[in-house]
Amino acid sequence: MSLVSDSLVITRRNVIKIRRVPDLVVFATLSPIMFVLLFRYVFGSAIPLEGIGYAEYLLPGILAQTVIFGSTVTGGALAEDLQKGLIDRFRSLPMSRAAVLVGRTVADQVLNVVSIVVMLLTGLAVGWRAHSSVPEFVLALLVLLAFAFSISWLMALVGLVVRTPEVVNNASFIVIFPLTFIANTFVPTDNFPTVLRVFADWNPVSSVTQAARELFGNTAANAPEPDAWSLQHPVVYTLIWVGIILAVFVPLSIRQYEKAADR
Amino acid sequence: MNVTAAIEVEGLVKAYGETRALDGIDLEVEQGTVLGLLGPNGAGKTTAVRVLSTLVKPDAGRARVVGLDVATQADAVRAVIGLTGQYAAVDEYLTGFENLEMVGQLFQMSRRDARARAAELLERFDLTGAAKRPAKTYSGGMRRRLDIAASLIARPRVLFLDEPTTGLDPRSRLGMWEFIEGLVTDGTTILLTTQYLDEADRLADRIAVIDHGRVIARGTADELKAQVGGERLEFTLAVAADLPRLRGLVEPLGIEAASLDEPTRRLTLPVSGGTAVLRNALDRIADSGIAIVDVGLRRPDLDDVFMTLTGHESTETTTTQEPA
Ligand SMILES: Nc1ncnc2c1ncn2[C@@H]1O[C@H](COP(=O)(O)OP(=O)(O)OP(=O)(O)O)[C@@H](O)[C@H]1O
Ligand SMILES: [Mg+2]
Repeated sequence: MSLVSDSLVITRRNVIKIRRVPDLVVFATLSPIMFVLLFRYVFGSAIPLEGIGYAEYLLPGILAQTVIFGSTVTGGALAEDLQKGLIDRFRSLPMSRAAVLVGRTVADQVLNVVSIVVMLLTGLAVGWRAHSSVPEFVLALLVLLAFAFSISWLMALVGLVVRTPEVVNNASFIVIFPLTFIANTFVPTDNFPTVLRVFADWNPVSSVTQAARELFGNTAANAPEPDAWSLQHPVVYTLIWVGIILAVFVPLSIRQYEKAADR
Repeated sequence: MNVTAAIEVEGLVKAYGETRALDGIDLEVEQGTVLGLLGPNGAGKTTAVRVLSTLVKPDAGRARVVGLDVATQADAVRAVIGLTGQYAAVDEYLTGFENLEMVGQLFQMSRRDARARAAELLERFDLTGAAKRPAKTYSGGMRRRLDIAASLIARPRVLFLDEPTTGLDPRSRLGMWEFIEGLVTDGTTILLTTQYLDEADRLADRIAVIDHGRVIARGTADELKAQVGGERLEFTLAVAADLPRLRGLVEPLGIEAASLDEPTRRLTLPVSGGTAVLRNALDRIADSGIAIVDVGLRRPDLDDVFMTLTGHESTETTTTQEPA
């Protein structure tokens, strides 16, 4: 049994669905465009930042939020596969136990890549620029996708446990939405109430955003060093989270997948 | 245990909360034969199929497929079985061809082999015309056929079919029967559940009737029919008022008392002796002036077996013995 080839087969299956269901691509592209435009012109006019334009400040944050939301589709999609009996079919095949989940989480990052490209282009149109080297730029994208990938695995467990696509989608919205707002994604955290600010400083969404800002060169030249260690070392801190989330949720999700047909 | 048994099941138990979906099932299916699993809704047929196809772990008991334990050697079992569940499990967004290709590859076939086999099966199941359309656009019967094709892609040695022809039109059903017979000729062992007794009668070498998670009768179709009773004469009259007079004329020919059913204007008389009795009976009625709508010599069919064995709410008190 081959984890790699089975995962590729499943990834291909999921990517075919992305191609055939226009709604998916529309949602993955239109809503990021809308977010960039709304925040850029509605918030941007009200949030004065020192040493940097709001478009440049905004884009890394909105990228982080978008790829995290992009990863929540993992849960709904697996719940749908369960409902439609496809997990039963897969469980009866002599294939790798992890392939259905690997193929799902990887395919969902393919959709995230599409979103990222669309948002970068929209960003360019509204005044965002990257000021870094190509390797730094690529590293920024990889950090974003790595974090999104780990969230996909968390959502895989949620989808396999909850088993109802609509419930998975609503539940993840309720959790993810605050998580991406109590962070440095859209506004600086300096004026947050203390509790929220500490939370925001150590929220991995902040470190993902901070990592992308630094690696894109979207920080003010004279910006003070952040207080929290997590924001001083955003790439390392983010990757620690990625490691922890994967270490916990990959085995849990695979175990849940194996049990999922037994009901 | 018999070495040629392709499926061996001993004391299988599976409970869902209070419900004992399987309550100690024993089964044995010889290689290259078909076992028909009959039983009313909720009897445990699907649960049995799901345990045997490694989807569900039993709470107690053992099940082996070609000698491999379904609980501890699940991966090896999966390599030799095909499963068609009660509800079609096809990916709606993939085309028929892509569905089969995917399942073939997950059976560890090379992409080329999977594609060749997919094309062959689409042809076989009359789906070539729809091969390039997403399965979302298929009718229920087309999905069903695609699902069955998927379970056959790797030429399984043991095939589990949970109500394979439910939802198929008569022509497709007949085609499916012929196809299943072909598989058996080629040596495939099949466990099939069905609600259609003519299907079991035609396809199954042996039949197990289950109810409340237990096997309540088993044997060949003929053995089961013999258990339910012998042949009988059935008369349907034009007017119910003639029934007592008819009874007076024909009852002496029977081996037991006749039973009358007013609403259907029908008289049923257990007999022995075949068509000679029928001729005799017709002679006796010839001059009576009783108007007869329909008359026939009937043998019990599996419907009778099914109704007799599972007709009562409480089957715990069944008096049916299981022949060896
Ligand atoms: N996942 C489950 N959770 C709870 N109860 C279940 C589950 N699956 C089956 N059961 C129960 O187990 C019993 C047997 O169900 P099963 O599906 O095996 O019956 P069946 O013989 O296939 O019926 P049908 O002819 O309607 O398909 C039923 O009482 C059913 O309600
Ligand atoms: Mg069933």
